[in-house]
Amino acid sequence: MATSESKTPFATGSNPSNPFLQGPALYALVTAYLVVVPILAIGNMMSNPRPSLIADILFLGLLGSFLVLHKAPVSMTYKGVAAAILLGAVLPFFGTFNQFYMDVMIQIAMFCVLATGLNVVVGFAGLLDLGYIAFYAVGAYTWAIVSTGQANNFISGGHFPLGPEWFFVFLPITLVVGAIFGVLLGLPVLRLKGDYLAIVTLGFGEVIRVLLTNLDRPINITNGAQGIKDIGQPPLFLNPIFNAFGLDLNRAQTVQLHFYVLVAVILLTMLLVVYRLSVSRIGRAWTAIREDETAAIAMGIPLVRMKLLAFVTGASFAGAMGMVFAAKQTFVNPPTFDLIRSINILAMVILGGMGSIPGVLLGAALVTLLNLQILPRITAELEARTNLPSTLDPAQYQRLIFGLMLVLMTIFRPQGLLPEERRKEELHGVVPPDPADIPTKPDDDSAPSSSSPTGSGGSGA
Amino acid sequence: MATQSEAGAISAGTRRTTRMLLNQIFGPLLQILYFVIGSAVILGTIVILLAFLLQGTRSDINLLQGTLIILPQVIVDSLVRGFLYAMIALGYTMVYGVLEFINFAHGEIFMVGAFVVAGFGLMLNSAGILGDFPGILFVIISVLLGAAVSGILAVSVERVAYRPLRNSPKLVLLISTIGMSLVLQDLVRIIATSTPLGFNARVLTPDLGSAIRLATLPNPGGNDINVIIDARSMIFILASIVMLIFLNYLVNVTRVGKAMRAVAQDRPTASLMGINVNNIIALTFLVGGALGGAAGVLFGIRVQAINPYVGFLPGLKAFTAAVLGGIGNITGAMVGGIVLGFLEAFVASYLSLFTAGAFAGANYADIAAFSILIIILIFKPEGLLGEATVQKV
Repeated sequence: MATSESKTPFATGSNPSNPFLQGPALYALVTAYLVVVPILAIGNMMSNPRPSLIADILFLGLLGSFLVLHKAPVSMTYKGVAAAILLGAVLPFFGTFNQFYMDVMIQIAMFCVLATGLNVVVGFAGLLDLGYIAFYAVGAYTWAIVSTGQANNFISGGHFPLGPEWFFVFLPITLVVGAIFGVLLGLPVLRLKGDYLAIVTLGFGEVIRVLLTNLDRPINITNGAQGIKDIGQPPLFLNPIFNAFGLDLNRAQTVQLHFYVLVAVILLTMLLVVYRLSVSRIGRAWTAIREDETAAIAMGIPLVRMKLLAFVTGASFAGAMGMVFAAKQTFVNPPTFDLIRSINILAMVILGGMGSIPGVLLGAALVTLLNLQILPRITAELEARTNLPSTLDPAQYQRLIFGLMLVLMTIFRPQGLLPEERRKEELHGVVPPDPADIPTKPDDDSAPSSSSPTGSGGSGA
Repeated sequence: MATQSEAGAISAGTRRTTRMLLNQIFGPLLQILYFVIGSAVILGTIVILLAFLLQGTRSDINLLQGTLIILPQVIVDSLVRGFLYAMIALGYTMVYGVLEFINFAHGEIFMVGAFVVAGFGLMLNSAGILGDFPGILFVIISVLLGAAVSGILAVSVERVAYRPLRNSPKLVLLISTIGMSLVLQDLVRIIATSTPLGFNARVLTPDLGSAIRLATLPNPGGNDINVIIDARSMIFILASIVMLIFLNYLVNVTRVGKAMRAVAQDRPTASLMGINVNNIIALTFLVGGALGGAAGVLFGIRVQAINPYVGFLPGLKAFTAAVLGGIGNITGAMVGGIVLGFLEAFVASYLSLFTAGAFAGANYADIAAFSILIIILIFKPEGLLGEATVQKV
């Protein structure tokens, strides 16, 4: 695969011959990007805070800083400091100008958490979970029920709704609730093989959604199809800090900034946990299970316990994120948690690269941007220029786009955009390492299959 | 596919006796009949016993009488659901038998069949000849049309999205099938919304005849109970049986059927025996897709209102049926479909009756189906008719 590696524009680390991509020149280039783009973006916001095509592009450039930082072969200290400044100052400052961009950033971070969680299950342990959104739903409904009067219907005493200060009590509780549901689903099904597991988790996701829709009778727990509204928000605990800095923010901006901080903290915590897990003994056990279950058992890996751990790690963070989601939207209803959301998150993992943490973050950012920003922007630009019928509105093509994305990625780049090293080798292990084979058209399957021992023999081709 | 393996023992040159031929074609149907009767008797006994035990818990109606009155109707409904799942499940099980992966897009192939009949009905209607069109001819033409479109679509999907991935890890292939399922849903949605069909398409049909009264049971408490079956359900059941006979003939008697079974048993060896594996796999998709499409047509005719997402849930449940019967086993898929249909129809009809309306049975039928799936996978993963496999290392 050496040829394809050197073609990748960002693979600069392996190419020390280019003078611009090492030493002081490199640092100057990266710093220039990290200074110029935020100045342009914020400057544009100051002159005109409304979303526009220019603002969108600058926003993408701003988010692209993280990709630049990840890919550029600069020192870890530099990366850490730059990322901290971007996350802690530049992005929130940019976000205060426009609620829409702030919302997009919050949603990206939320989906980063979900995608990282699913990545533990699908990418690390190789268990295809198609009902991942169910854990998110469970977390969301837990907070929705206790922070509204809904819980009074089945818990007597009239303690509810709980005040905003309970938010931080329930954050760990939803983490645990997610984990419990992970165990509940995981224990019976984790003995199954990959494709059975996929369908059972899919069924589980549907069961949770059906239950949420129907548990308004005989006791009204979830308020059925109408959903629950007026869900409690977290306390505005950062206000003293904002006041100390003399920031003049309106209510909506304050709330958004709180969610930004909250989600960023959860995301960073999760990334730390998942990274530490992935390089630990447990992470290696997951990899072993993914590569060959039978061999993993032979090596003494406790199969069910390890699979369960992967399931629970993913499920618990999804539960906590679900709670944040409910608090942010202040409204939840069952259709929010349908299969297409699970598939959306799966698309993020596949797009970025199964098993690769930076990859799934990129995937989450790209898919969320596509959903919230790029498709609506294309629609708006098309509508302004042509009289497109509303049925052909690109923003309605979500399923088509994600479906195509899944199919094309699996055929042409199964390792994802930012692949994990081991996964790359694994997925290309079956193709003979002959450079002449690489540009082979995917529909011409006779060449690879005839040389593979497990192939169909190629007699039919 | 393993239960008919005795057929493989006959060498190509041997002439089959008529008895053997009939056994090969109708044997699986006989097995279905046993399961139909068995399910009806067992579930019927259970609900009657339950009604007997719970008699008196409801003051508004006589529970036992209520149970008995709807029982024949529930059995008819069970049969319709059962054959629906059986026909879709065949597509899953055949593909699994040959390639050992779950084709998630199969539910969408089914949905396309339903849209074919909707389009056909609309076309006849706009030509002004729908009302005078003979009902039987309409059913036959639309089933053939739907089977052809869905079969060809299934083959094309395999060619485009699955064949390039045949040597990839299973997980990757599975993701590709999920992607294909979404693509098909949206493509059909785009086609439907940009034509007069609309998102919620109505299936227009000529007059298919009125309900048929099968029997009249005497009712000591009041009016006699009529056991009726509406014409559309009747068409569904009869057409399914005809197609299952055809499938059994194809798989168990013909030469390509034998090739299909050989490929399912051992792909590399089959290819050494001179079987064109790629063609057989395409044929498997064609037959599975055609059955799914035909089921979609019959489903469309029966429910008369469809949308591009109708394929998802029946697809999922048909997969459950395939697992229930033993995935990879053709007779198993039919039997699993029937059993699942019965269980679901009984839950849907009797749950709210027994819980005094506290749980709406129709909604919990889905949960019942998935619970069955999970229970089967845990306790008997090889299914009702499947054979336990030992993983070789």
